[in-house]
Amino acid sequence: MFNVKQKSAFKAAFPYTLPILTGFLFLGIAYGIYMISLGFSPIFPILMSLFIFAGSMEFVTANLLLSGFNPIGAFLLTLMVNARHLFYGLSMLDKYQAAGKVSPYLIFGMCDESFSINASTTVPLGVSAGDFYFFVTLLNHLYWVAGATIGALFGSLLPFYPQGLDFVMTALLVVIFLEQWLKDKDHQSALIGMGLTLISLLIFGSDRFVIPAMIAILLVLIPLSRQKEGLKE
Amino acid sequence: MTTTQQIITIVMVVLGTMTTRFLPFILFPANKETPHFIQSLGKVLPSAALGLLVIYCLKDINLLAGNHGIPELIAVAFVVFLHVLKRNMLLSISGGTFLYMVLISVVF
Repeated sequence: MFNVKQKSAFKAAFPYTLPILTGFLFLGIAYGIYMISLGFSPIFPILMSLFIFAGSMEFVTANLLLSGFNPIGAFLLTLMVNARHLFYGLSMLDKYQAAGKVSPYLIFGMCDESFSINASTTVPLGVSAGDFYFFVTLLNHLYWVAGATIGALFGSLLPFYPQGLDFVMTALLVVIFLEQWLKDKDHQSALIGMGLTLISLLIFGSDRFVIPAMIAILLVLIPLSRQKEGLKE
Repeated sequence: MTTTQQIITIVMVVLGTMTTRFLPFILFPANKETPHFIQSLGKVLPSAALGLLVIYCLKDINLLAGNHGIPELIAVAFVVFLHVLKRNMLLSISGGTFLYMVLISVVF
């Protein structure tokens, strides 16, 4: 099915996705069980995990489906919940556009975790970057759909539910942030991103802090990045 | 909601998500020169976006009630400590997660 070059990309990508295997299976199972508990047929969580592929938004969608019909409202709410993806796209313009025919799939599957790995990892020598990004994205997508499917079909058979295992996603992002930190020569951008988001969270609260944080980050980073480019030239 | 209305709602959520993911690539396609300030921004934005994401993960911690976010903060500190010490991604993540699970089930 895959050629030698693709196999080497798979081998390079797989270890990076192991924490996500744990996290997505766990959260996916929780999502499947949740949907069934709300009275949905298993096909709902299975197809929603496959096509929406944005974890927190899928939980929100479950509630949307139980309230009044409001398609425009659903669209606008999704834009707000997922606005952070705009930053991922702006960060990955060159890398994903250079990936050839898998590029649309990479963009479709750009969840928090796939973005974090693909943005921060230095692809090993001899491995095609496009293939590496593809396998990271595909594996993460498969883990999530597998989790939701297991939860939807077999959730009621599970003997226990491991409390706190979802912390694996937080731990993963902390490690990815640290790796990027250790790689960066100056930490201005990381500190601006974290600091302004924290301030925004304290001011606006956990339901509506992301968009003000993004605007603040852009207002600071755009002039700053131009200034830095100017210094280099 | 009828089943048709539910399907329409799901399609709208898919469209919304895809808009947030595809928009930058539609605005700045490969065959056209990307404005200079977007190129400059693209170089510094990943670190800032990862910083935003770390806070996003911890957004539901309530410092004023319950266990005051102490288990989360201890476990995050442990992840950082392990990672600086050993620089092994899987070890840091599994160690931190294990500690967190112990903390919330045994201590808090």
